[in-house]
Amino acid sequence: MKQIVILGRGGQGAVTSSQVLAVAAFENGKHSQAFPNFGVERMGAPVKSYCRIDEKPINLRSHVYEADYAIILDQTLAECFDEKVKDGGLIIVNSNRLPKEIPISSKAKIVCVDITKIALGIIGKPFVNIIALGAFSALTKEISLQALEKAVQKQIGSKGSIAEKNIAALKKVYEASK
Amino acid sequence: MAEKEKAEKVVISGADAIACAVKLCRPKVLPMYPITPSTLVPERLSEFVFNGEMKAEMIHVESEHSAASALYGAYATGVRGFTATASQGLALMHEILPIISASRFPAVMAVANRTLSGPLNIWNDHSDAVSERDQGWIQLYCESAQEAFDTTIMAYKIAETERVSLPVMVCIDGFALSHVYEPVQIEGQSKVDAFLPPYKPHNFLDTSDPKTFGAVAFPNSFFEFHEAEEMAMQEALKVIPKVNEEFGKAFGRKYGDGLVELVEMKNAEYALIGMGTLVGTSRVVVEEMRKQGEKVGLIKLKCLRPFPKDEILQACKKLKGLAVIDRHASLGYEGALTIDLKAALKDEKVKVEGFVAGLGGRDIDVKRLRAAVETIMKGEKGYWLK
Repeated sequence: MKQIVILGRGGQGAVTSSQVLAVAAFENGKHSQAFPNFGVERMGAPVKSYCRIDEKPINLRSHVYEADYAIILDQTLAECFDEKVKDGGLIIVNSNRLPKEIPISSKAKIVCVDITKIALGIIGKPFVNIIALGAFSALTKEISLQALEKAVQKQIGSKGSIAEKNIAALKKVYEASK
Repeated sequence: MAEKEKAEKVVISGADAIACAVKLCRPKVLPMYPITPSTLVPERLSEFVFNGEMKAEMIHVESEHSAASALYGAYATGVRGFTATASQGLALMHEILPIISASRFPAVMAVANRTLSGPLNIWNDHSDAVSERDQGWIQLYCESAQEAFDTTIMAYKIAETERVSLPVMVCIDGFALSHVYEPVQIEGQSKVDAFLPPYKPHNFLDTSDPKTFGAVAFPNSFFEFHEAEEMAMQEALKVIPKVNEEFGKAFGRKYGDGLVELVEMKNAEYALIGMGTLVGTSRVVVEEMRKQGEKVGLIKLKCLRPFPKDEILQACKKLKGLAVIDRHASLGYEGALTIDLKAALKDEKVKVEGFVAGLGGRDIDVKRLRAAVETIMKGEKGYWLK
């Protein structure tokens, strides 16, 4: 089983992000589970959401205590990052900085992708929650880009410019992360 | 919009799963109080009604007290109804709950279990539903979103079986299941229709067979009303397994015998017992400890009322120790489940210890549950698993 923690700020869509990830895993024929670290969410406050992906049905229903992967949607959250990520795991940070400049001490690998820049370029707004999963797909290979595209269409609709732009940006983030 | 005939597997939340099941059960009246502490269940149902996917009257009442009262009213006219609530909302319904059950209305309600405030807290535990344990409602607890979907459909069938004619509360852990997205098999309308035929009321305001509802029951008759309810509860202990079997045949999924599910209990010396999502995490604990050679099992209690005493006795006969995980505390004594189990197993050699856990959204993880098992294996006393 792989466990993923997604950190964002209230309003950034970390919860939606974990849901899209769960749908994508399902599209890939896997079992999945997505859930927010239940809070009284406020705009701008740190928000945590979890996802589990496995080949077999998932019985575990506690919080995630040691993640395989972390996705940080807002680089300012790196400063207060206190999640345990497995040694040899991966932390993806939406940042224009270099990994060594990210103030996280962990034996997991840190990768920075400037997702906000791609979002502003293609979507025109800093919507990073869904397209960040492109980096996850490229770097972890846990789910395919095709499954992600399907999941985006399912969750935010198959028509309309928002879905189209998200998918275009998703692909760009995927390419940029390879 | 055309009815969905085809079954499909989708990734949805526990609350969504209940709403989808309710839609397929075709209730006609949906009284809802659309505000916190409600859940996504009424929100989804209101979308279904708005989209024309569901033909039902949604009544936006002014409180949960009114929601329960309108549900009573719906059943008094002889139609299937549904409502959903949680926490303080259920507490506000308290006054109406025994009136629905004593009127023998087979209502179904979903409760996303959340604690009762004091201090203010919106998170999960079983305090809300367990506090309503004695009001004549059958209480079924669910472990997964799929089970929430399936149990909702079964709930109508159980409630509407004439010899039961009691309301059913379908309980899902607030947040810990209501907000968890996972794959759920949504069944097609015709299959659900075949399993759950249109509602044929036995007890309603019928001009061709006039009855009085809400009349005073004097001391010379009140007792008999409750005695009849108790007999119906005992009938439910037979009907629930039957409905569970029928559901299994129709849809290929069932949940133990409908009352309890036994996991690795055959040669178990020690076992965990609990309700709701903590059962899932307990499965992981049992698997882990079995691999290490420990004879540990698990009893999932799906039905709290009526209490399946015989099934529990049978399952616990050979046990040395039983760790009861209560997501609730009866302040001044022990958790409700612990009290029930100690009473049920009083003549058995098994040592029963209670562990209060998960109050107000505190996580129940593998470490805590394992600690409970290790405590009973050492013959030590239960405690609050903070």
